[in-house]
Amino acid sequence: MATTAPTTGTSHRFQHTRRSRWWLEVGWKYPLAALIIFYAAFPLVFVLSASLDERGSLAGTQRLFSSISFENYQNLNDTLFWTWVGNTLFIGLSAAIGAVLMGAAAAYAFSRFRFQGRRTSLTGLLILQMFPQTVAFVAVFLLLISLGEVIPALGINSKIALICVYLGTALGSNTFLMYGFFNSIPMEMDEAAKIDGASHSQIFWGMIMPLVRPVLAVVGLLAFVSAFGDFILARIILVSNENWTLAVGMYQWVSDQLTARWGIFSAGTVIAALPVLVLFLALQRYIVGGLTAGSVKG
Amino acid sequence: MSTETTAPAPSTGKRADSHSRRWTGLGWGFVAKLLIMMIVNAFGVSAIMSAWNAQAWVILGASIVLLVVADWVYFSRRMLPLKYIYPGLVFLLVFQVFTMIYTAYVATTNYGAGHNVSKSQAIDAALIQAEREVEGSPSYPLAVVRDGDTIGFAISEDGVVEVGTAEEPLAEVDGAIDDSGRPTEVDGWEIVKVNELLSDQALAQEVTDLRVPVSDEADDGSLRTREGSTAKVYRSSLVWDEDADTLTDVDSGVVYTPNDRGTFVGDDGSTLPAGWYVNVGFENFTKAVTDPEYSKPLLKVTAWTFAFAILTVASSFLLGLFFALVFNDDRIRGKKTLRTLFILPYAFPAFLTALLWRGMLNPEFGIINKWFFFGADINWLGDPWLARFSILFVNLWLSYPYWFLVCTGALQSLPSETTEAAKIDGAGRWRQFRSITFPLLMVSTAPLAIASFAFNFNNFTIIYMLTNGGPRFEDTSVPLGSTDILISAIYQISGVAGGRADYGLAAALSIVVFVVVGLVSALAFRQTKKLEEF
Repeated sequence: MATTAPTTGTSHRFQHTRRSRWWLEVGWKYPLAALIIFYAAFPLVFVLSASLDERGSLAGTQRLFSSISFENYQNLNDTLFWTWVGNTLFIGLSAAIGAVLMGAAAAYAFSRFRFQGRRTSLTGLLILQMFPQTVAFVAVFLLLISLGEVIPALGINSKIALICVYLGTALGSNTFLMYGFFNSIPMEMDEAAKIDGASHSQIFWGMIMPLVRPVLAVVGLLAFVSAFGDFILARIILVSNENWTLAVGMYQWVSDQLTARWGIFSAGTVIAALPVLVLFLALQRYIVGGLTAGSVKG
Repeated sequence: MSTETTAPAPSTGKRADSHSRRWTGLGWGFVAKLLIMMIVNAFGVSAIMSAWNAQAWVILGASIVLLVVADWVYFSRRMLPLKYIYPGLVFLLVFQVFTMIYTAYVATTNYGAGHNVSKSQAIDAALIQAEREVEGSPSYPLAVVRDGDTIGFAISEDGVVEVGTAEEPLAEVDGAIDDSGRPTEVDGWEIVKVNELLSDQALAQEVTDLRVPVSDEADDGSLRTREGSTAKVYRSSLVWDEDADTLTDVDSGVVYTPNDRGTFVGDDGSTLPAGWYVNVGFENFTKAVTDPEYSKPLLKVTAWTFAFAILTVASSFLLGLFFALVFNDDRIRGKKTLRTLFILPYAFPAFLTALLWRGMLNPEFGIINKWFFFGADINWLGDPWLARFSILFVNLWLSYPYWFLVCTGALQSLPSETTEAAKIDGAGRWRQFRSITFPLLMVSTAPLAIASFAFNFNNFTIIYMLTNGGPRFEDTSVPLGSTDILISAIYQISGVAGGRADYGLAAALSIVVFVVVGLVSALAFRQTKKLEEF
């Protein structure tokens, strides 16, 4: 007894100090994490709850998930929502594919060929890329008015025109990201293929492109997300509501305080954000790599 | 060539990956190129032809040059690098380089409401605007006719049917008329039914806008209709004298001469509404600074733009860094899950975030007031300072995950030896952070902070979606508000989305933004020294 008592006493005290040390060094981080998660997630949980609320307004949403109904989702069918989804996908995917192809081709040329003016062109691209195209939207607007008189498909209110405007930034913003990646593929492989008798286009399509797939995915995703999130250009170029993208259309739903349709907005938000959310989280690692290499979202 | 590719290749270790042996030289690749170039040429030639028809000389010149260069690049053997760069280059030149140059040009003009066409178009517009029904003009029974997309008028004069369109003056054709003299059948044309005119708004508008010249002589006037069943002769009261460069009102005798502001001014002091754009030099720039109507709000907007961009970057960087420091700790369980949950806002589309917060911050029924302020009636987006605070808060929610990710990555790549050495030297935790971790972190994150500043400097979406730039300034008639940043101010002033258009001033402000962003980026450029990489 006499020998065990002090032992349990010290181990108790030892445990006590260990626990308080654990609390001081690690433990407090869990409540903080809970706080951050609450901060990060409550708007998202709220919009999910509002989308399931049959009353279809923000006013009714006192308690989360007080009613579960899919009325708002059904009501989406009476709007142009799915047309806008289609437009957004069409515009975003075209812009992404175009950006990937053009960026990859240019990066291939800069990485593999040595030609006059190469350094100058690269520097020029680097400088051009600094000036955001959206700031020149007045000129884009006036240009498309004039172009539309000649080629109607490239005028105001044309989705093709919007895609072309987005493609204007393909070279500037993506070439550098890809250029670095292309450089990491050893030139010896090209030379080996050349000795095999492959032409430059065969090397590009058959050898390089499959090897750089990760960077193609990142560039494509970034181009898609930036087209998805663009508002200012889409707003001024797409006039009639059957041509709108989600950003323009959903803004219209809630921009007017009196007629705001928060119910269908919430349902639309859940549908529109979910794929992007999943895609982002799944490709987290690649995107972070892409971000630190120069393209910035936030 | 095809025989060569089957020859054994030198061993590269990647033999299995190589697709080159399956390729057959001048095979389908060349065919594909030929097909694509045929499409490109067909498109280019049709663009050139319609540019010619529309008399759009700049577009005509540009399309000819682009097409010729395209053919030269793809059918010459020497232009190898350009073959890969050219497609992207075309889009870059047209939609980025040209628009920047054009912005600079527009900034020196008075392009905008009342001055939005060239001079010759303004004269045409003035002539049309001055058109009046000719007194005593007979009223012709009218049938609207159609051939494909072309709309025309068919009338009968003394039992003879005549047809004309906007381009073609009236000419005789075969046809039949009913008792009232209205054509019922017109050779080569389809008659548009009256019901259709009544039900189709767009068509009705087209018909009331249509002017069919009576003859080749412009002075004979043209046929117009108000309701689609009778046509009358209209004639412009203005006459254009090309040599004297004047417009004369034949009814009142007033002579209008052009002034250097792009407006016709009459000798009685009156002006014509149709104007054209002229070069005004640096007037737009000086107007932004000296015109009291603009200078005060623009100064506030500029100050807020800088404050917004700097505070956003600083707050989100610090919060993200703090979270990264706290949770970059191997003793925490479930780090990966926590990290994924922390960056949720970043994965949420930004425009939806802004709209969602707009609803949540609503003073009457928004949940922010209801949940966190016990139903208080706080007008988050209606008060100038609260609106600014709300924008910073929402943007913080949106951007801290980015900095959390970046700082976590940077922390993990820091060499552990340096901190260990500091520990041995007896440096405390704060000292370690201040003297070792933070400076090392700044090396990799400073360029990103500058890029983020440049991005937020033009973060139109968050401002426009959350507050529309409001609440409006009350001491000016310019449609600007307390939370407008430069780009949203440009948007409001330009009038591209409605309202009074002033492209000139908007473009001048765009140039200012370009200069600021350019300077900031040049700073980043020197920081990253990207140039040394190639």
